[in-house]
Amino acid sequence: MEAGFRAAGRKLLMPYTTGGLTDDWVEYLRAFVAAGADAIEVGLPFSDPTLDGPTIQEASDAALARGTTARGILADVTGLDFGVPLVASTYYNLVAHDGPERFCAALRDAGFAGLIVPDLPLDEAGELIAAAEAAGIELALLASVVTPAPRLAQIAERSRGFVYAVSLMGTTGERREVDAASAALVERLKAVTDRPVLHGFGITTPEHAARASRAADGVIVGAALVRRVLDGAGPEEVGGYLATMRRAIDQGA
Amino acid sequence: MADPGPRGRFGDHGGRYVPEPLVAACDEVAAAFQEAWADAGFRRSLANLLALHVGRPTPLTPAWRLSAELGIDLLLKREDLAHTGSHKINNVLGQALLASRMGRTRLIAETGAGMHGVATATAAALLGLEATVFMGEKDMERQAPNVFRMRVLGAEVVPVRSGSRTLKDATSQAMRHWVGVVDEAYYCVGSVIGPHPYPYMVRELQRVIGDEARGQCAAELPAGVPDFVVACVGGGSNAAGTFAGFVGTPARLVGVEAAGGAGAARGREGVLHGFRSSFLQDGDGQVTEAHSIAPGLDYPGVGPEHAHLRDLGRARYVTVEDGEVVEAAVRLARTEGIVPALESAHAVAWVIRAAASGELPPGASVLLTLSGRGDKDISTLMELL
Repeated sequence: MEAGFRAAGRKLLMPYTTGGLTDDWVEYLRAFVAAGADAIEVGLPFSDPTLDGPTIQEASDAALARGTTARGILADVTGLDFGVPLVASTYYNLVAHDGPERFCAALRDAGFAGLIVPDLPLDEAGELIAAAEAAGIELALLASVVTPAPRLAQIAERSRGFVYAVSLMGTTGERREVDAASAALVERLKAVTDRPVLHGFGITTPEHAARASRAADGVIVGAALVRRVLDGAGPEEVGGYLATMRRAIDQGA
Repeated sequence: MADPGPRGRFGDHGGRYVPEPLVAACDEVAAAFQEAWADAGFRRSLANLLALHVGRPTPLTPAWRLSAELGIDLLLKREDLAHTGSHKINNVLGQALLASRMGRTRLIAETGAGMHGVATATAAALLGLEATVFMGEKDMERQAPNVFRMRVLGAEVVPVRSGSRTLKDATSQAMRHWVGVVDEAYYCVGSVIGPHPYPYMVRELQRVIGDEARGQCAAELPAGVPDFVVACVGGGSNAAGTFAGFVGTPARLVGVEAAGGAGAARGREGVLHGFRSSFLQDGDGQVTEAHSIAPGLDYPGVGPEHAHLRDLGRARYVTVEDGEVVEAAVRLARTEGIVPALESAHAVAWVIRAAASGELPPGASVLLTLSGRGDKDISTLMELL
């Protein structure tokens, strides 16, 4: 995944959706690819998503209420080729439930390239870092605006695929503005690593996406898309919105 | 019960599973507590508040009539007599003093039964801080008087409508809120749960229960130490504080959980709310909802040190059903003139059962921490009687 990102020759766009949110959830992934996604983040819903705001909480609850399981999500995408890497994201309890080795092997067998675990900070990540590496899964670590300098360098060094720059002090969700502190975080990261840095949290509009991807190597867009899915928008409509972000990024960056 | 070290580990349990934006805040709390706890001035301030505001030490009351009926020697550590009506205030005053020392102006808290919320609102009022308390909507309905008490004390009570609408979701929501306000607000966790240093810090702040009881037992009992030490366990703060005073003695430690919320007795290994411990979960790793007549025990997990004491075999965790809890509450009321909180009545229910079964041998001395008073549960009891 990381090699592909470095060779992309453009700013990166990584849309998110919650796996198993609707019957046709895989169609949204295809629409994301058609809209110009460089990778897709697939949420494996957890009962207690403590770093997610109301939109992704609602999506997680809705997916679980439909009987969605991590195993089912993996089965839904196994054998499909989207042409871009898939990145799973979930909370550590689901990883611990299977055990890191089994969990990472299952991701790999389903065709995933990467993994994000928001409630697993560097200090607790050793076991999963080793298991992911053994399975060939790139585990991306989170960096935040309050992470001190030496720790930021360690996170960038141990992260794989990209570094997830958590651009604001808060939960996932739509925002009016791109947080001013985020540019400084991206700059600090770029100073210590040549690994791609993706700006996540709060990216809501094409303007946000364009603005954030000036400093960063790209953006991750979640709640703004999931909100539309929850409101009943089909794959084509949500993909259409993502395409406006793609254009804004390509023109504005 | 030892210091869990810089990574907050009790055996395999504990740790700090928080999103990166909260790591610095946890580090700051850990460093501030370590410094404060080593500072005689801080300890003196806390001891003064516990004496003058809370009314400590709380008495050790022999339960004469119930003891005679059960054929044992039952002693009650009376946390129900602590100001605000439960042991929660011991922890909160310590953390509120710490928050002030750290320059924070607002306390955030989660609450189940409302006792931790009331204690937080009380400490905030006493120290001139603001308080924001997250409470599940379902708990707000069944514990309405505590909601009013918090509001009278000047706290903001925020209803939590997600998930089970009880303590688990209130805790998740408090953590989400904290991420956005770490500079001005201090997260005052109410039990021996959460990321390091909270399980350790809350146990240290609650050990006043066990330390006092140890001295009182030494004066009261011929053997100096009770045969059994019993306390109810939700997250497990009153039990942790009580056990801390007796873990180095031959006393047998028993934690009593709600049958529908038995994280220690029936959970499996997992990670939630910042710590690794034993949680109720389904076959897919989704955390399941706890069900108990006592809202303070409506938590699907247990503090990491309890999971560790269980693994070591040093403490045993047992469960009781809602029905026996109600009977035990009424029996204590009618034999001793004490209406216990339904949480505390779990410990009473186990003692009654174990005395009948012979698990508590005739003449056994039993220290039971009566963690809170039952005023908040009167309407629940009235409906059932």
